[in-house]
Amino acid sequence: MSVMKRVTLIFRSKANKALDRMEDPRETLDYSYQRQLEMLQKVRRGVADVATSRKRVELQMNQIQQQSNKLEKQARDALGAGREDLAREALTRRSSAQSQLNDLQAQYASLQAEEEKLTVASQRLQSKVDAFRTRKETIKATYTAAEAQTRINEAFSGISEEMGDVGMAIQRAEDKTAQMQARAGAIDELLASGALEDVSGAPRDDIQAELDRMGAGNDVELELQKLRGEIGGGATPELEAGSPGGNNSQATAAPGQAARPAPSASGGAQPSATPAIPASDVGESAIPSADTPRAGDGT
Amino acid sequence: MIVRILGEGQLSVDDTARAGLNDLDAKLSDAIDRGDETEFRRALKALIAGVRAAGSPVPPDSLQPSELILPYEDADLAEVRKMMTDEGLIPG
Repeated sequence: MSVMKRVTLIFRSKANKALDRMEDPRETLDYSYQRQLEMLQKVRRGVADVATSRKRVELQMNQIQQQSNKLEKQARDALGAGREDLAREALTRRSSAQSQLNDLQAQYASLQAEEEKLTVASQRLQSKVDAFRTRKETIKATYTAAEAQTRINEAFSGISEEMGDVGMAIQRAEDKTAQMQARAGAIDELLASGALEDVSGAPRDDIQAELDRMGAGNDVELELQKLRGEIGGGATPELEAGSPGGNNSQATAAPGQAARPAPSASGGAQPSATPAIPASDVGESAIPSADTPRAGDGT
Repeated sequence: MIVRILGEGQLSVDDTARAGLNDLDAKLSDAIDRGDETEFRRALKALIAGVRAAGSPVPPDSLQPSELILPYEDADLAEVRKMMTDEGLIPG
């Protein structure tokens, strides 16, 4: 038999089963009307549920977008600092964040479509329920129980078909949101565990830590440069590169403004050594050079 | 005649379109029998497109039943098979 006819027959037989329950067919009207109102509520809840899922996906999209932006910036910073390895790592993570994002975008579109369909279905059902209520009141006022049957059957077949359709639409939407929620839950878990947030989270930390360390190193160097500038051209050499013996005595003097006389004492040989240290390897030099004045201070 | 596309609502379709729609329906039925998912998808799309082209929407407050009911456009083969047997449909 043709597909359309079989689907129709099955659909109708299911939908009509509710019909044969009441003794007085007019009671069936009220009973059915109650069920219609329940179905209307159900479809509205369905719309709300889908909207909630959609918002959740939207939230996750925003989170992952932020991670992705952060990783891009990290890659840029890393490259700026000459760390291509770090930049590569950040970009790798960014690309996995981006693919998560694409997946979520598809889910979002699908939920949005489902939400629209259910909204339209709920409006359609509302119109039919309103029409049914009017018809029901007319039938109850105008016809005897015997006469009413045909009229009721007419009103019924239309509304029960719509109810069946909407019922299936709700079921489908529920199935879809359940699937999406399972996936959204998995993404939430990933974000929480750090594995994906480590798209920005945990692994981010090693990229960020490295960048921070390099940044800190650079800052220290900058500070040093500044200090050198303040102290004056000749003063710097002593602090960094001066001979161990002379250095100690100078360092004690340095905290005060007494540093100035020192340069002349040490002579002009050192300047070449000073710039060499900060320029060479940023990360490593930061620590020793920062320590040097402190050690000198102690003595 | 009135035709319902599940999930979309009812359309009033001119009777002259009946023969053409029956042809499309036969192709769909054939694809389902053979379990040919690709052909099934194409045939279902064609049938629904045919109904849409020949039909105009029934007013939402109409309580008329449909003469024919079509599956969702995005329904898969397994889903339509269920709709053609007793187990698949949810009562109203």
